[in-house]
This record gives sequence, structure tokens and C-alpha cells, in this order.
Amino acid sequence: MFEVLMIVALSLLSIAILLNIYRAVKGPSGADRVLALDAIGINLIAGSAILSVLLHTHAFLDLILLVGILSFIGTIAFARFVERGVVIERKR
Amino acid sequence: MHFFLFLLGIPFLFILLVPILYKLFNPRVHIGWFVLAAPVILFVHLFRFLPEVRSGSVPVFTVPWIPSLGMNLTATVDGLSLLFGLLITGMGALVILYSVYYMSKTRDALHNFYIYLLLFMGAMLGVVFSDHLLVLYVFWELTSIASFLLIAFWYERKTSRAGALKALLITVSGGFSMLAGFIILGMISGTASIREIIAQAGELRGDPLFVPAMVLILVGAFAKSAQFPFSIWLPDAMEAPTPISAYLHSATMVKAGLYLVARLTPVFGGTALWFWLVSGAGIVTLLYGSITAVKQADLKALLAYSTVSQLGLIMSLLGIGSLAWLYENEALASAFAVAMFAGIFHLFNHSVFKGSLFMTVGIIDHETGTRDIRRLGGLMNVMPVTFTVALIGAFSMAGLPPFGGFLSKEMFFEGTLKTSAVADFGLDAFGAVFPAFALAASVFTFVYCMIFVFKTFAGKYRPETFKRKIHEAPPGMLIPALLLAAVTVLVFFFPDVPAEWILRPASLAAVPASVGRFGEISAWHGFSPPLLMTAGVVLAGVLLYRTLEKWSPLYRHYPQKFTLNAIYVWMLEQYESLSRTLTDRYMTGSARHYLMYIFLFFILGVGGFLLASGGLGADLANDAPIGLFDAVVVVSIILAALTAAMTNNRITAIVALSVAGYMVVILFVIFRAPDLALTQMVVETVTTVLFLLCFYHLPQLEKRMEKPKFKLTNFLTAAGVGLVVTLFTLAAFDHKLFKPITAFFENSYELAGAKNIVNAIIVDFRGFDTLLEISVLTAAGLGVYTLVRLGMKGRDADETE
Repeated sequence: MFEVLMIVALSLLSIAILLNIYRAVKGPSGADRVLALDAIGINLIAGSAILSVLLHTHAFLDLILLVGILSFIGTIAFARFVERGVVIERKR
Repeated sequence: MHFFLFLLGIPFLFILLVPILYKLFNPRVHIGWFVLAAPVILFVHLFRFLPEVRSGSVPVFTVPWIPSLGMNLTATVDGLSLLFGLLITGMGALVILYSVYYMSKTRDALHNFYIYLLLFMGAMLGVVFSDHLLVLYVFWELTSIASFLLIAFWYERKTSRAGALKALLITVSGGFSMLAGFIILGMISGTASIREIIAQAGELRGDPLFVPAMVLILVGAFAKSAQFPFSIWLPDAMEAPTPISAYLHSATMVKAGLYLVARLTPVFGGTALWFWLVSGAGIVTLLYGSITAVKQADLKALLAYSTVSQLGLIMSLLGIGSLAWLYENEALASAFAVAMFAGIFHLFNHSVFKGSLFMTVGIIDHETGTRDIRRLGGLMNVMPVTFTVALIGAFSMAGLPPFGGFLSKEMFFEGTLKTSAVADFGLDAFGAVFPAFALAASVFTFVYCMIFVFKTFAGKYRPETFKRKIHEAPPGMLIPALLLAAVTVLVFFFPDVPAEWILRPASLAAVPASVGRFGEISAWHGFSPPLLMTAGVVLAGVLLYRTLEKWSPLYRHYPQKFTLNAIYVWMLEQYESLSRTLTDRYMTGSARHYLMYIFLFFILGVGGFLLASGGLGADLANDAPIGLFDAVVVVSIILAALTAAMTNNRITAIVALSVAGYMVVILFVIFRAPDLALTQMVVETVTTVLFLLCFYHLPQLEKRMEKPKFKLTNFLTAAGVGLVVTLFTLAAFDHKLFKPITAFFENSYELAGAKNIVNAIIVDFRGFDTLLEISVLTAAGLGVYTLVRLGMKGRDADETE
């Protein structure tokens, strides 16, 4: 029963990822794509968590934390890029 | 090391001494005097072998060089190599003596001259004494290189460089062909020792590689001995100093090919192909050289073509002599053995008189400042000694009594007449070619000999045409020429002395041992056909020489396009332009094209191999079932990849790439690889950021937001690569030949004390790879740092300018 529930959740997440990819592909603006990418990151976290439950392992808990950090950093980097045109500003 | 081999190395030893001597003594003493010692020592020592070789024994000296390959420096002293050794050292001594007076102490780089000369002498001795085919080849090429250096001795002249280049191209190409022939010969006989090959010569006949070996070796010998059509390098080699022309391009190097042919006659002789190739090339060269020599205006060019022609004569005699191997019949065999003997005899004669002729030309050049026949004339009374030498040499070359050339020319006619008397090899049909060609060529030989002597020395003396006051040459230059002229005369009156001591043993190396003696040489043997032929030659020759003015303009009608030289130049140009066009065609400088070649090669190579070996095909029965989530991830990756390929916006492409990367993370999760997933996640993010960095730095001007153009070839190549990789992976997965070795690593806790198997492999079981990957990262980091810093500096410098 629990397993079925997990698989259903996973399927929903997959659909969410596909929809997000549609948004990332379609655009129309760069910000749309970055947001889609950020949402994919969140979905990846959830997907990894559910997969860990399904696979009965702790091994992917590190990954969840890492995806959280990186999708945050990535979004920030994109945001800075969209906003200012550079990711890391040179200090003169 | 044996004493004799040490002696053969003397020229090389002297090479080391020459620069020291030059430093110490030039310009007080002409260093040629020191160099003279080398050939004299060798000549005297070789002379001591004469009685031993005459009695039929063949001393062999060996010193190991590369014993594991069976390559040893083995010197065989039989009649043939001894004859050549004596010619090389004897002529060498005379030429060095001559060069002492010919070359200037102050103007010429004497140390270079004598080093090249000694290098050549040592190499030539190596060629004639070597028993091992490959050692022989090494020395063979060394003579080509030394000749190249000597021809271009006055390297500031364009013609010298061109002549040297041409000689090198032709002789070394021939040498390569010969090397291939040697290797084949070594393969089919199982040994590289010439003596051992000769010992089993009969068994080689049937081998399918016998003919290729023969043809390849002959090409090398013909190129070296200036046979038709490889003769064109020899006239251009006349840009060398005259002592060199006398030594290399008349007496020694050009005879290396003859030596090889004579040496290998016991292996190849008696076959139709060998006979027709050798004597055919020889007789054609004979006629071609003699006809061309008549039209030359430069004395050295005339002598060069006459050398070509005489080499052809000797070559044709060697070919006719090889028939001795065909007949069991004692009488017939010894009849042709006489032709072989005549070839060796003429080889000896030619070396002597051609050496003296070149020396006289050198004297004329040295004293008058010109070698042009049209400007010379009337030197008979000014240079009586030179005239005498030239007369003796030229009449010997023309085959007149009482000079050595007469004897060998008579024997030559006799040999050519004999070929038409036998019925083998199609000689009954074409045998008449030989006497006819020989006769025609001899007439032309006579004519150019007369031109050489009388246009130069007879006629009116016109002192005003010469820049300097002309007088007889110094005795030092005359002595070597006189010595050679004396030998020419002595050979006529006492032919049996050289014949008995050296020429018969030399001929024995090339004819069956059972034939024994080669008949008597006689200046007078009744009114035989050869004598009548000589008489005819003299008559026709005199007639033609008298009417020279009338018919020599005919030469001008021959189209220049069809001279061998023009064909050579044309071929060289064609070759250059062809290879340039070809290279320009595929070396476009475009990385796209090169990638295309690489991928196409990959598709054809790997895909073709898969098809050819029947390795295609996959058995899907053993594969794991595909889950829903797997499918979703894969579809996402495909969508992302397609987007990256087809978008017209670079930002979109970067985002699509990172989507694909993150999907790969999920794949790693599904396939239970947490470490990989972690690393992939980090690396993917960093890569994305780097892409964005690059994106920002794209130059403003050419930034065009346009869709990549669709190109069918690119699409097909990409699809092909993908298909091949897919098929290859499937096929490889299907062909698991043995069990994986993961069972060993599963003991990681007992073996390495680690619970994480991946990390245990990385740092423990296979830690060495990790070390190197760390180095790669370090190198990449340093590289990026260097590029950024130096690039910035360079840009700053540019801006300040």
C-alpha cells in the first residue's frame, strides 16, 4: 500500500518535471527558464527522497542536501546573470 | 678487430684527423698531402692480397656488429672486390695528388673537401668489400650522401645545388628500391650474406618473389650507374670540382651499380629477364649516351655523356656474360664468360682512361678558364703534355690501337656478335640488335672522341679569346694524368699482366667456376669480324667527323620537350603541384572538416568492423525490466538534448544542457550510485556557471542570435556516430565473455577496512589512477590560471601600444 503511494507520488513528480522542462524549453524569457530549472531542482530533491524510501537506503540523503544547496546557488547565479550580465563581479 | 678491417676504416679515421690538420697547417701546407697517405696505405696493403686471390682463395674477415640480428661487418676479399678496392684506392691516391694542385689553399674549404672525399672513399670500400646485404646498403647510401656533398661543394652556385639535389633524389630513390630488393632477397633465401645466397642460388629460381627482388635491385643499380633512363643526374653532377668528377663520376661511384650487377650475376644470371634487363638497358644507354655526347659544347658534359655511354657498354657486357650461367655446354658457357671478362676488362680500362681525360679537362679549365669547346682551340703547342694525355685517353675511349680500349672494344664486338648466334631468350629474333646498336654507338663514340681532342687542341690558337696567359700545367697536375695514360698504353702491350693477376679472378666472381680461363687477349687475331667492325667504325667515324658541320644542326630539331631532363623537371613539377592540390583539398584548416574526417573514419572503421566481423546483434532477454521512472528520466534527457541542439538561443542551450545533467543525477540515483550522483550534481552546476561565464565574454560584433543551419552531412554524420555507438554498446553488452570481477572488491571491509566500496576502489585498490586524476585537475587549474594571467597581460600590453 505504502509502496503504491510512493510510486504514485513519484509519477506525479515526473509529470511535474516534464512540465517544468516544457517551460524551460518554451521560455519565453530567460527568467521563466531559470525558474523552471529551480523547480526541477526542488522536484529532484523530492524524487531523490522518495527513491531513497523505495530503495530502503540512507545513501542519498547527502544528495538531497547537496541538490538543495546547488539549486539555490545555481538559481542565484542565473539570477545575477540575468540581472547584471555577470556572475562574479571583479573587485577593482 | 682484425687488422684488415681496421685498414678499411682508415678513411673514416682520417676524417677525424683532417680538421685538426687543417687547423694546424693551413695555409702553410696543403693538407691534401696528409690525406694522400690514406689511399696509399690501403693500396699497398690491398696489393699484397694479389697472389693469394690469384691462387683462388677468398680471405674472409669478420668483426661482430649486431650479432643478435646476424649483422656482422664481414669483408670478403675475392677478385671482384679486390679489383674495385685497387681502383678505388689507386685512383683515389692519384686524384688526391691531382687535387693538391687543383684546389686552392686559400679560396677553397679544403677541410670540407677532404672530409667528403674520405667519407666517399671509405663508403665505397665498404660497398665493395661488404658481404652482408644490409651493410652493403648502408655504405651504398653513404656514397650517395658523400657524392651529394661533393657535387654541391661550391654551394654558393645555384647549378651546383640543383645538380646535387637531382643526383641525391635519383640515386637515393634507386637505393630505396634496392633496399626493398635486398630485403626480399634476404627473405626468400633466409640469409643476408651474399656468399650464402650465391651458394643456394639455384633453389631461389622458382620462388615467386625472385623476379620482384631482381627488378628492384636492378633499379637501384641502374640509378647508381646512370643507366637509361636514370642517367640524367650524371651530366648535372659535373658541377662538382673536376677531381671529384674524375673520381666519383667516372671511375668509382658510377661503377657501384656495375659491381652489384656483377656480384649478383651468380644469383640472377641465366634467366631471360635478367639478361634482357641488364644488357638491354646497357645497350640502349650506350647508344643514347654516345649520340647525346656529340652535341655537347661543354667538355665535362661531353665526358659525362661518354661515361654514361661507356657504363652502358659495360652493363650490356655484364648482361651478355650472364648467359654463361645458362649453358651446361662448356664451349658455349666459356664463350659467354669471355663477354663477362670483357666487361670487367673494359671497366678497368674505362676507369683508367676516363680518369685521365677528366684530369686533362680540369687542367684546361684551370689554365684557360673555360671548358667551352667553341672557345677552345689550338692548344696543342701550348700544352703539349696535356694534349698527349688527352690523345691517348680519347683514342683509348674510341677503341683504337695501340691503347687499352682497343682490346676491350674488340672483345665487346665479339660478345655482341655471339649473342645473335644462340637461340634462347628470343635472341634468334632480336639478337641482331646488339651488334647493330654496338656498331652505331661506336661510330658516335669515335666522333665525340675526335671532337674532344681536335676541337680543343687542333685548329688555330687564339690567345685573345682567353682571359689569362696560357701555359702548361704544373707537374703535380700532370703526373697523375700521365701515370694513367701510361697505364692505358701499357695495358695494350702487356694485357696479360693485369688479366692474369686481377681481371680473371674478378671475372670468376661472376661466372660459373667450371668455366675456368677466359681465352687469350690478343691485339691481333687475324681478319676477324670484330676487327672489320673496328675498321668500319673508324671509316664511318672519320667521315662523320669531317661532315660534322653539315649534320650536327640536326640535333637542334629534336624537340626540347622530350629530353629526359625536361621530362624529369616536368614530373617533379607535376608531383609538386599535384601533392599541393591534394593537400590543399583536404587540409582546409577548418576544424569542422577534420572532425568530419575523424567521425567518418570512426563510423566506417568501427561500424564496418562490426559488420564485417558479424558482431552486430543484441539479445535483450537478459536485460533488466524498464521502470516507469527510468523511462520518464530518459525521455527528459532526450527532450533536453534535442532542445540544446535545435534552439536558437544560447541561454536556452545552456539551461537545456544543465537539465540533461541533472537528469543524469537522477539516473545515478535510480541505479544506486550515491557518490556519482553527488559528484555529478556539483560538477554539473559548476559547468553551467562556467558556460555562463563564457557566454558573457562572447565578442559583441559577431554575436548573432541565429539558429544553427541544418546541414545534411552533419546530420548524417551525427546520426551515424550515434547509431554506431549504440550498436556497439548493445553488441558489447551481449558479448560478455567472462564474469565481472566485482566479487573481489566486495570484500573491501576485510581487505581495506572500508564500508564504502566506491571510495575503497578510488583510494585503495586503484589509488594510482586517482593520483593521476588529481594531477590532471592541478594541471588544468594551473593552465587556466596561466591563460588568464598571461592573456590579461598580453591584452594590457596591446592596449598601451
